[in-house]
Amino acid sequence: MINLKEIFQPLAAMLLAPLLFGIINRVKAFFAGRRGQPLLQSYYDLWKLLNKGAVYSTTTSWVFRASPVVCLAAVVIVACIIPLGARNVISFSGDFVLAVYLLGLMRFFMVIAALDTGSSFEGMGASREVQFSMLAEPALFIGLAVLARLTSSLSLAQAFSSVTPQVWASHCATLLLVAAAFVIILLAENARIPVDDPNTHLELTMIHEVMVLDNSGPDFAFIMYAAAIKLWLFSVLLVRVLLPVGSMPGWASVLVSITAVLLIAVLVGIVESCMARLRLIKVPHLLFSAAALAILALVFAFRD
Amino acid sequence: MHLVLVGVGLVILTGFVALFLRNAKHCMRFSVLGVLAGSVCFMSAAVPVLTRGQQLSLQLPWQVPYGSFYVVLDGLSALFLVCIALVCAVAAIYSVGYMSEHGNRRLGMMAFAFNMLVAGMVMVVLARNSMLFLVAWEIMSLASYFLVTFHHEEKSVRQAGWIYLIATHIGTAFLLAFFMLLAKVTGTPNFEKGDISGTCSSILFVLALIGFGTKAGIMPLHVWLPEAHPAAPSHVSAVMSGVMIKMGIYGIARTLAILPSFELWWACLLIALGAGSGILGVLLALAQHDLKRLLAYHSVENIGIILMGLGIGVLGTVMHAPAIAVAGFAGGLLHVVNHAVFKGLLFLGAGAVVRAAKTHEIDRLGGLQKQMPVTAAAFLIGAVAICGLPPLNGFVSEFLIYSASFKAGFLGSGAALVSGLIIVAALAMIGALAAACFTKVFGIVFLGEPRSKHAEGLSEPPASMCAGEIALAACCIIIGLASPVFVRAIGNPVLHMNVLDPDAIQKQLAPLAANLLYVVITVLFFLACIAAFMIIRNRLFSRIQRAAKSRPDQAPMIGQAPTWDCGYMAPTARMQYTGSSFAQPILDLFQTVLQSRSKKVKIADLFPREADFHSHTPDLSSDFFYQPLFRWTSWFISKMRWLQYGVVQLYVLYIMLTLIILLLWKVR
Repeated sequence: MINLKEIFQPLAAMLLAPLLFGIINRVKAFFAGRRGQPLLQSYYDLWKLLNKGAVYSTTTSWVFRASPVVCLAAVVIVACIIPLGARNVISFSGDFVLAVYLLGLMRFFMVIAALDTGSSFEGMGASREVQFSMLAEPALFIGLAVLARLTSSLSLAQAFSSVTPQVWASHCATLLLVAAAFVIILLAENARIPVDDPNTHLELTMIHEVMVLDNSGPDFAFIMYAAAIKLWLFSVLLVRVLLPVGSMPGWASVLVSITAVLLIAVLVGIVESCMARLRLIKVPHLLFSAAALAILALVFAFRD
Repeated sequence: MHLVLVGVGLVILTGFVALFLRNAKHCMRFSVLGVLAGSVCFMSAAVPVLTRGQQLSLQLPWQVPYGSFYVVLDGLSALFLVCIALVCAVAAIYSVGYMSEHGNRRLGMMAFAFNMLVAGMVMVVLARNSMLFLVAWEIMSLASYFLVTFHHEEKSVRQAGWIYLIATHIGTAFLLAFFMLLAKVTGTPNFEKGDISGTCSSILFVLALIGFGTKAGIMPLHVWLPEAHPAAPSHVSAVMSGVMIKMGIYGIARTLAILPSFELWWACLLIALGAGSGILGVLLALAQHDLKRLLAYHSVENIGIILMGLGIGVLGTVMHAPAIAVAGFAGGLLHVVNHAVFKGLLFLGAGAVVRAAKTHEIDRLGGLQKQMPVTAAAFLIGAVAICGLPPLNGFVSEFLIYSASFKAGFLGSGAALVSGLIIVAALAMIGALAAACFTKVFGIVFLGEPRSKHAEGLSEPPASMCAGEIALAACCIIIGLASPVFVRAIGNPVLHMNVLDPDAIQKQLAPLAANLLYVVITVLFFLACIAAFMIIRNRLFSRIQRAAKSRPDQAPMIGQAPTWDCGYMAPTARMQYTGSSFAQPILDLFQTVLQSRSKKVKIADLFPREADFHSHTPDLSSDFFYQPLFRWTSWFISKMRWLQYGVVQLYVLYIMLTLIILLLWKVR
């Protein structure tokens, strides 16, 4: 189904996503006893970058220039699929497969753009990115399979609408396990602590930030913006599993979801303030546990 | 029907003419024209059968015992015939350019073998008589053996040829047993749906799975693939990997079509084998340093995906869930076509690289994108397609298999749920690993700076090679963007997997096609978005440049500089990340199943000497299963040596004794 009336949902994602970074930074500053940046700092950053020139490495080719555009387009389209309310712009049976694979396409282009620069730092980041995604992706799919099984539907809009207080009451354990798995996946896919530290100063230990070392100007703005929207999307996914807003009227569920997404940013900020980054060789264990939680949820879902 | 047979005749005839032509150029042209004319015949016969669902057949007497020249072109055959015609025609065009550097040397023999391979494959999908099938099967196998050993002056190529010849004949031995049992229980050497009991069906199924599975390259039986594909010339690899191994899948599908009913454990076996082949195939691919060997392991992976599709289809049939059965079979069979297209494309691209750079070694290449832009773009399309990413064709078949497996979770049976779960998890993991593997290949081979002298000063291959690559890349895009049409067309082949009647199948396919239509619409939005953001960026840049002109002293602009290496000012191309280092974290994670070994010189002194590093990932099934098996066999046979003294009289005595024993047995 294509509902152009719901176009405000991707627009809300595009408008509010950079705010999430602001909230996370504010929470981290609060924990560190600092005043911190303004909440809208990411918007200022994006605006500044969009008005700057760019420096391209002589090693790079069209792949490097295409990648930021492809990444941003992919997240914008996924924002049309993952619903805040009862439905979104695009919804059909099996839409989440397309959503996850579009994010896969985004990763593919990020990685080849990193390799296009010929820098070993960027190669390192790319290598880690594909390693962790290889573990996160099955966990995400199993989590989605649990949702599909629980609600007997293959479209996200329908599945999330079926998460009502009654379903929550009878399948509380299953949904909590899925949510726990999704939290881990959210942190891993969006390069947050404990998987990756966006603020570290050592290129040797970074994942996402080191892959985009050579991007500058509008290209870098596109990538940062895409990262913000991606965080927004994963938060929406988590919120819709956690909150039984399916039975509310459309506008109310949208408002509740948006508020909850902003609260997720607070949660991410708290996690970042209280935890250290894991050593890179320990990260797979965390991701294995996400897969294990999702499989356990599936076992529970089958028993009910 | 006659059209197809005329096509086969043309291909064989031009092959024979090419065999006796002296001039290399003429002989290539002759055989290629034959294959092209044949492909046109095959296509024009197969496409109507595929879309309209009719059936063509022809039966002629044949003098061979139990044999008859019985050929049928139905939906299932037509599907594979389309793959054969498409990939072989493209590979033939490509071969004109590819073989141009081989001078006058034995090209006649190669052209002949290529044409016989094409004719053999076409006859395999047409034959409905056991004898005819086996003859065609053997022609196909032998022709491809001669193609694999084209560079037979190299020892490794001869070795690869031997492994292939032995593996394929082990498979044929199981097929002989299969056909004998089939003829016995159905009472006819022709393939007909007979009244076959449950146990017999199961035995037949297992025999077919081993026999055809050897050709297809299912996991423990795949050992010949990574040897034969790198050894063969690249257009032959494209045909072998793209279509010849699919003859194994055709055999399994045809067996399922002949057997009257399925068992649940077949589905579980197919899914387990598929998931195993898929994951181990892609892991082994990731571990390879040889470009063509890597692609060969990816064939194992894709055969795994096809098997999972067939497996979930069988499961749906057993559980009387037509929606699952149709989606599973449709996904599996469509993946046959898709894999033929993108794997053909990738091998053609790899051939262009190998021909120009004269090395298979991934870590010696780099920066080819700037020197061979067309090949690089085509290879990128193939790489995105094989990872199953939208908007290309790989996504379509994986989407169908996904939707079948998710639906299997709804059934309420434990076996169905576990099968669905295994497929979903395996497909997700394979997708991510394939992306890791192809970002490695594309990133290391085509991007960055040249890593050695091999990768410098190259140029785009001849026009005929580029044409082949572009044609297959276009097919990837077309199947991806017109997927609803192709899914509708797959209904006729699915019909033969004894699921439902034609109307019911179309009824099940309609929602799938509708969903794919939404996928296509979404993808078009996506492409529009890309275009929009490109325009926005160009606007921003042009504004900045205008501003720069007005204030030349300090304004920002768009510049070029070397890659930023964190302050280090003298980077060299050797400092780039290599394919081995890119893949190392994942390989370490799976060390238990891969058993990778590495050898390095430890740096000990204050003034270290030259150091080096080697890593190698063995093929477990070849090292721990086949080699001990063959060692044991040769030990056992050496014990029988006392029977053989090389004295002719003794052998005559053996023959006499055998005859007398047989006579006594008959008279008794």
